[in-house]
Amino acid sequence: MQGRVLTKILGCFWLVCSGLSYSGNAEQGAKVFQACQSCHAIGAGADHLVGPHLNNLFGRVAGSLDNFNYSAGLRAAGANGMSWDAEHLDAYIENPIALVRETSMRFAGLASAEDRNNLIAFLRANSVGPSDIPESLPTSIPRDPDVDPQILAITGDPEYGEYLASECMTCHQSDGADRGIPSIVGWPTKQFVIVMHAYKSTARPNPVMQMIAANLADEDIAALAAYFEKQQ
Amino acid sequence: MDRRSFLKGTAAGVALASSAPAVVGSAKPRVVVIGGGAGGATAARYLAKDSKGALDVVLIEPTRTYYTCFFSNLYIGGYRDFASIGHTYGKLASDYGIAVVHDWATGIDRDKKTVALASGTQIGYDRVIVAPGIDFKYETTPGYSAEASGKMPHAWKGGSQTQLLKAQLEAMRPGGTFVMLAPPNPYRCPPGPYERVAMAAHLLSQKNPTAKIIVLDPKEKFSKQGLFQEGWTKYYGDMVEWIPASMYGAIKAINADTMTIETELDTFKADVANVIPGQRAGHIASSAGLTNASGFCPIVPASMQSQMDPNVYVLGDSTIAGDMPKSGYSANSQAKVAAMVVRAELTGSRAFPAKFSNTCWSLVATDDGVKVGAGYEATAEKIASTGGFISKNGESAELRKQTYEESIGWYNGITSDMFG
Ligand SMILES: Cc1cc2nc3c(=O)[nH]c(=O)nc-3n(C[C@H](O)[C@H](O)[C@H](O)COP(=O)(O)OP(=O)(O)OC[C@H]3O[C@@H](n4cnc5c(N)ncnc54)[C@H](O)[C@@H]3O)c2cc1C
Ligand code: HEC
Ligand code: HEC
Repeated sequence: MQGRVLTKILGCFWLVCSGLSYSGNAEQGAKVFQACQSCHAIGAGADHLVGPHLNNLFGRVAGSLDNFNYSAGLRAAGANGMSWDAEHLDAYIENPIALVRETSMRFAGLASAEDRNNLIAFLRANSVGPSDIPESLPTSIPRDPDVDPQILAITGDPEYGEYLASECMTCHQSDGADRGIPSIVGWPTKQFVIVMHAYKSTARPNPVMQMIAANLADEDIAALAAYFEKQQ
Repeated sequence: MDRRSFLKGTAAGVALASSAPAVVGSAKPRVVVIGGGAGGATAARYLAKDSKGALDVVLIEPTRTYYTCFFSNLYIGGYRDFASIGHTYGKLASDYGIAVVHDWATGIDRDKKTVALASGTQIGYDRVIVAPGIDFKYETTPGYSAEASGKMPHAWKGGSQTQLLKAQLEAMRPGGTFVMLAPPNPYRCPPGPYERVAMAAHLLSQKNPTAKIIVLDPKEKFSKQGLFQEGWTKYYGDMVEWIPASMYGAIKAINADTMTIETELDTFKADVANVIPGQRAGHIASSAGLTNASGFCPIVPASMQSQMDPNVYVLGDSTIAGDMPKSGYSANSQAKVAAMVVRAELTGSRAFPAKFSNTCWSLVATDDGVKVGAGYEATAEKIASTGGFISKNGESAELRKQTYEESIGWYNGITSDMFG
C-alpha cells in the first residue's frame, strides 16, 4: 500500500502507472463513501461531525472551514497553499499521515486505487460545478521523473545518515522533543522515506522542508531514515 | 551549571598552562576552537560528541554567558526577556568533556601551531578553528568609535549593547526621534536592521506613539525589503521613514555628544541613535593573517579550511562564504561541515560531501513572521546557492503566525545544537 502512495507522491501518476481511467464512477464512489461516513457528512445540509463536511471540496484550501477544529498540520498545509484536487485527495485518502503532518484524521487509508478513483468522482460530484473541475490537475503535484519507486528498497548508510542528520538538528530536537518543530526520531524507515519524498516532490507544502529535501539525493534520504530510526 | 563550567574552565586553564606550549602529556590530537558563538560552540560540540573522546577539544571564549544576537531584536520588541537569550557553557564542559577556557585568544602562531591567551598561556594545536564573529570598520562611520557606542549603541554584538539600546528606547522623550544608521554590505544578518526597526516601532507604538524612526541606509535596497516596508506601514503607520544614501549623501560626521549625524545633504538630530558600522572579520583572524583585502577570510568551500593555512579552519561571520549570508544559522551549518572534515583528518573517520543551508526568520509584528532561506553546495569557486524561498507579501495571518512559531522552534533547535 505504501509503495503505491509513494508512486503517487513521487509523481508517477496512476493514469500513467496503473493504466486506470481517470474518471471514476460516482455512483460506485457513493458506496465507497461508507468508509468515511462515520466521521464525515456530505450533501444537502451536511455539517461537521468528527471530521469536517466534505461538500465543495475541490479547490477548497486544506483545513480552511470555519467552526472546525483542524490539526495544526492540516492548517499548516493550507496556510502554505495546499488545496484539494484529485492528486492530493488521492494521496490523503490512501495514507493520510504521509501527506499531512500529524493529521488528526484517524483513518488507515484505502488501498484500492479503483475505490479511490470512484470516491474522488463522488466527491467531485458534490462540489460546485463539477463539470468545470478538470479531472486531473497535471501540475498540482510537481513531478520528479527521475525517482524510481524502487528507492524504498535502498539500504541506508547510518553513519552517513548521522552526518546528514546534523543539518536537521538546527531545527529538530535530537531528544525527540517537539519544541515548536515536530519530532523526527524513532520513525519507521518506510514512513520517513515517504514523508521526505513528499517534501521533495513538493506534495507537502512547507518551503523550509522543501528546501532541505531538495538538496537530498535518494541515498541521502535512505541514510537519514536508517539513522533516525535508531534514535530516541 | 554556571559554577560547574567555571570550575571546569579553570581546571582546564591550569592544566593547559602547565602543558604549554606543545601537546605534552596527551597523545590525543588537539583542536582549539577560538570563539564560542554560533560557529565555534557548534564545532566544539560536534567534534567532542562525534569523536567520542578521541580528540582533545579546547574552546576559548571570554564571556561566561553568550547572549545571542538572534532574537535580540525580539527582546527589544518585548517578546523575549533578556535571560531567555543567554546561554552558558556548562554542558559543553560537563556532558561533552570540552575544556572551556574563559579567556581571549590574543594571537595564533601558525608556524609553531600555538594559540596565545591573554592570561599568557600558550596552547598547542593540531588544528585550530577560528570563529570570532565580526569587528567594526569604524572608517565607515566617521566620528564613531568604541567609546561612542556607550552613548550611541551599535547593539550589533550581543549582550550589554542590546540592553543599552532597549533602555534608551524605553526612556526616550515623548515624540522623540530614533535614528538608525544601517550598515553597508557585507554585514552579519542582512534582515537584522530592518527587523530591529519593526521591533523598535512595536515598542514605541505602545509606550511612545508619537515617536519617529528614521533609518539612514548606505544601501539603495535591502533584504526582504518589500515584506518589511509592507509590515512597517501596516502596523506602524508613518512612524518609520527609510532614507537611502542617494537622498542624504555620504556620512560626514557622527557626534555622540550632540547626538547628531551629519551628512552631505542634511543633519539628523537623534534622541536615541543606533549606529551600525561596516564590518570585518573578528580581530584575531586578521592578526593571524587569515583575511584578504576584503577584511574577511577566504575559505575552501568544501571544508571551511582557510585558504591561507591547511591547519586552520574559519567559520561564520569571519568568512567569505560565497552565496551564504552571515547568519547564526549559516555559522552553525558551516561548523558541522568543518567538524566532520577535521575529525576525519585527525582520527581517520569517514569524510562526506559538505551540505549547507540557511534560513533567516524575522518578526515584523505580533504573530507576523517572515522568512528567507536557501540550500547551498560547495563548488570549486564558492559556496553556491542551489535555490531558495522567501515569504510573500500579503500572506494570510495564519501562515505568518506559523512562520513565527517555526522561528521559535528553530531558536530552540539551534541553541540546543550549540550548547547541548
Ligand atoms: C540584531 C541581530 C539579529 C540577528 N538575527 C539573526 C537571526 O534571526 N538568525 C540568524 O541566523 N542570525 C542572526 N543574526 C546573526 C548572528 O548573530 C551571527 O551571524 C552569528 O552569531 C555568527 O556566528 P559566529 O560564530 O561567526 O560569531 P558569534 O556568534 O559572534 O561568536 C563569536 C564569539 O567569539 C568570541 N570571540 C571574539 N574574539 C575572540 C578572541 N579573540 N578570543 C576568544 N573568543 C573570541 C566572542 O566573544 C563571541 O562569543 C543576528 C545578528 C544581529 C546583530
Ligand atoms: C475516524 C474518523 C474519520 C474517517 C473514517 C475519515 N475521516 Fe476524513 N477527516 C477526519 C478528521 C478528524 C479530519 C480533520 C483532519 C485534520 O484536521 O488533520 C478529516 C479531514 C478530511 C479531509 C480534509 C478536509 C478539509 O477541510 O481540509 C478530507 C478531504 C477527508 N477527511 C476525506 C475523508 C475521506 C474521503 C474519508 C473516507 C475515505 C475520510 N476522510 C475518512 C476524520 C475522519
Ligand atoms: C530550518 C528548520 C528545519 C530544518 C533544518 C529541518 N527541518 Fe524538518 N521540519 C521543519 C518544519 C518547520 C517542519 C514542519 C513542516 C510541515 O508543517 O510540514 C518539519 C517537518 C519535518 C518532517 C515531518 C514531520 C511530521 O510530523 O510529519 C520530517 C520527517 C522532517 N522535517 C525531517 C527533516 C530532516 C531529515 C531534516 C534534515 C535533513 C530536517 N527535517 C531539517 C523544519 C526544519
